[in-house]
Amino acid sequence: MLQHDYTTSQLDVLEAEAIHIMREVAAEFERPCLLFSGGKDSIVMLRIAEKAFWPAPIPFPLMHVDTGHNFPEVIEFRDRRSAELGARLVVASVQDSIDAGRVVEETGRRASRNRLQTTTLLDGIEDNEFDAVFGGARRDEEKARAKERVFSFRDDFGQWDPKNQRPELWNLYNAKIRKGEHIRVFPLSNWTELDVWDYIRREGIEIPSIYFAHTRRVFERDGMLLPEGDVVVRGDDEPLFESTVRYRTVGDMTCTGAVSSTAATVDEIIAEIAATRITERGATRADDRASEAAMEDRKKEGYF
Amino acid sequence: MDILRFATAGSVDDGKSTLIGRLLFDSKAIFEDQLEAVERTSRDRGTEYTDLSLLTDGLRAEREQGITIDVAYRYFATPKRKFIIADTPGHIQYTRNMVTGASTADLAIILIDARKGVLEQSRRHAFLTTLLRVPHLVVAINKMDLVEYAEERFEEIREEFTQFASKLNASDLSFIPISALHGDNVVSRSENMPWYQGPSLLHHLEHVHIASDRNMVDVRFPVQYVIRPHKTEFHDYRGYAGQVAGGVLKPGDDVMHLPSGLTTKIASIDTFDGPVTEAFAPMSVTLRLEDHIDISRGDMICRPNNQPRVAQEIEAMVCWMADIAKLAPRTKLTIKHTTRTARALVKDLHYRLDVNTLHRDETATSLSLNEIGRVSLRITQPLFVDDYARNRLTGGFILIDEATNSTVGAGMIL
Repeated sequence: MLQHDYTTSQLDVLEAEAIHIMREVAAEFERPCLLFSGGKDSIVMLRIAEKAFWPAPIPFPLMHVDTGHNFPEVIEFRDRRSAELGARLVVASVQDSIDAGRVVEETGRRASRNRLQTTTLLDGIEDNEFDAVFGGARRDEEKARAKERVFSFRDDFGQWDPKNQRPELWNLYNAKIRKGEHIRVFPLSNWTELDVWDYIRREGIEIPSIYFAHTRRVFERDGMLLPEGDVVVRGDDEPLFESTVRYRTVGDMTCTGAVSSTAATVDEIIAEIAATRITERGATRADDRASEAAMEDRKKEGYF
Repeated sequence: MDILRFATAGSVDDGKSTLIGRLLFDSKAIFEDQLEAVERTSRDRGTEYTDLSLLTDGLRAEREQGITIDVAYRYFATPKRKFIIADTPGHIQYTRNMVTGASTADLAIILIDARKGVLEQSRRHAFLTTLLRVPHLVVAINKMDLVEYAEERFEEIREEFTQFASKLNASDLSFIPISALHGDNVVSRSENMPWYQGPSLLHHLEHVHIASDRNMVDVRFPVQYVIRPHKTEFHDYRGYAGQVAGGVLKPGDDVMHLPSGLTTKIASIDTFDGPVTEAFAPMSVTLRLEDHIDISRGDMICRPNNQPRVAQEIEAMVCWMADIAKLAPRTKLTIKHTTRTARALVKDLHYRLDVNTLHRDETATSLSLNEIGRVSLRITQPLFVDDYARNRLTGGFILIDEATNSTVGAGMIL
C-alpha cells in the first residue's frame, strides 16, 4: 500500500496558524482592526486576512499610524493596496496629536516621532473603539517580543504587563476583555524574517520599492545609513554621499537605516538575508538602540 | 521543509541555556549584534564566560534576577527543518509555564546533569511532558565531560530514568549523552564517546518522524467562522471555516453535524488558492456542504460512524494557573474547548497529584497555583470531546476566571 505523506511545509503550517488566529479574532471581537503600515510584515498579514475570509471581503478596517515622517514610496503603496482591496483605511496622525497638544515634538538632531506614535496609536484605538488590533510583530525580532503572547492583553491605558500575561495553550486563545481594554493580536508570532521573505516569494506579493536596492543620497550616523529628507535633521559633520542601498525594515525616515546592498529581486534579498550575520532591527533601527530594554519599555507603554 | 516544535525543560544549572545557545549559534540563528550585546552585558556583570542565557531571558525582571520567568520562543532552521523552541523554566514554581510550552510541542528535551543523575525535577519534567502528551521525549544527559565521558554513568542514569518512565506511558523515549559546553553530540557525533552509537541531538531533532503524530483517523472539524460574502458573485455562498483538528476530509465524504446529528456530504473544500482534494490537520480551510443545515461557530463536523462524545459532564486532569484564586468544588468558570465557549461548574475534586512523587492526595479540598488534580466538571452546553490521549486538540481546554478574565486552568479530558 502506498504510504500517504501528511507532511506540511513550514510556510503552510505558519499560514494555517495565522488564518486560524485571524478567524478567532473575527469571531470573538466586535471591532477588530489591522495595523497596516505598508511594511513587509503587515503586507503579509494583509494577504493572510484576504485568505482567511475569502470569498468574503476582509471583515475589519485597516489602521495606519502616520508619523508624517514615513517614506513617500511606502505611503503611496499603502493607499494603493487598501484601495485595491476595498478596505477602509483609518489614518491616525502623529501631526494631529502634536497639533492637539497630546504630545510634544522632540527637538535636536536625534529627534524622532517614534515614541510619540504610542499616544497616537492608543488614541486611534480608543476613538474608534477597537477591541482587537492585529500587529505584524514577530517573536524573532527582539527579545522582549520573544515572550509576548499571540493574544496580548492591554489594560485601559493600553499597557502591556510582561509579568502578568495570560498562559496560552494549544490553539486556544482567551479573548475575554472588559470595555476599554483591548487585545493586540500577532498572527505572525512564529514567523522569522526569512519565513516572511519566503512567503512573499511564494505568493508573488508586491512590496514597496524601497525594499529593493536603489541609489539614494545618505549619510552615516552611529554606523547606520540614514536617508536625506525634509524631516531628517542632519549635522554639518554628517556629509551626504550616494550609495546603493535597500531597506530591511520600514519605519520613520528619521530612525530607519538603510543597508548597503545590490539585491534587486526577492530571490537576491533571500540570499542576502540567509547569509547575513546581523538582525534586522540591530542593523537598521536607531529606536531599539536606546538601551537593552528599549523595546520592553516602549511595549509596556502600549507601543506596537 | 516542515516544522518541529520542541520544549526544553531544565534549569540554568543543567546547562539548558548553554545547550540552546549552542543550537542557535551552530545553526547561525544567533547574530553578531545579539552576541555582542550578550558579551557586553556578561562583561559588565563580571561574568567570566559569555552568558548565553541572556539571549533568551529577554525581560528586565529576568535579567535582574538571573532567572527565566516565562516561556520564551526561539527560532532556528537547518536545511532539513525549521525549529521552534519553547524554552521553559524548570523550577516547580513555573509549572504552568512548562505546561504551556509543552502543550504545542512535538518533542521535549529533558536535561539531566550527568553528575547529579535523575533528580526530583527530572521526574517532574518527565511527568508533565507525558501528561501533556508530548509525542517524543529526549533525555539529554549533559556535562558528560565532567564524568570522564563514562558509559557506565550514562547507562546508570538511563536505567533509572527508564524505570521511572515506565510508570508514565512515555511514548517515544531517547537518551543522548552530550556536553553542551564542548559541543559533544550536540550537532555532530562526539569523538569522546565512541561507545555511543546513536545520533547527535540535532540529527535526532532533524529526523524524528512527526507527521504521523497528528490524528489522521478521527475526522474532527470544529466550525470556527461562517463565511457569507453577500456579494453578487458569491450570492449563495455559505462556507464553514475552521482548522482541521483530526482525520482527513475529502469532497464527497459523508459527514455529520453536531449537535444536530444531521448528515450531509462535503460539496467542496475551499481555500483562497482554489479548492483542495483533501484536508487534514493543521490545515485551515472552508467547507461547503451539499445540504443546508443551520451551522454556527462552536459546532462540530465529523463522520457519521466516528463521532466525538457529546458531553456536559467531563472528567479531566487540570493544571491550575491562577496566582490567587483556588479551584475547589462549586467554583464557576468559563471553559473554552475547540471553538466553543461555555460555563463550567467544578462538581468534584477527586485528588491532587504530587507532581514530584505522583502521590494522589484524595483529602485535598482545592488546587492552588501550579497544582494538578483530577476534577469533574459540569458544562452549561454540550461539548464535542475526545480523550486528550487520542487527540490533543479536541481533548484540551482552558478555564477562564469570570471575574478577572485571566486564563486560570488547562485541562486534559480523560
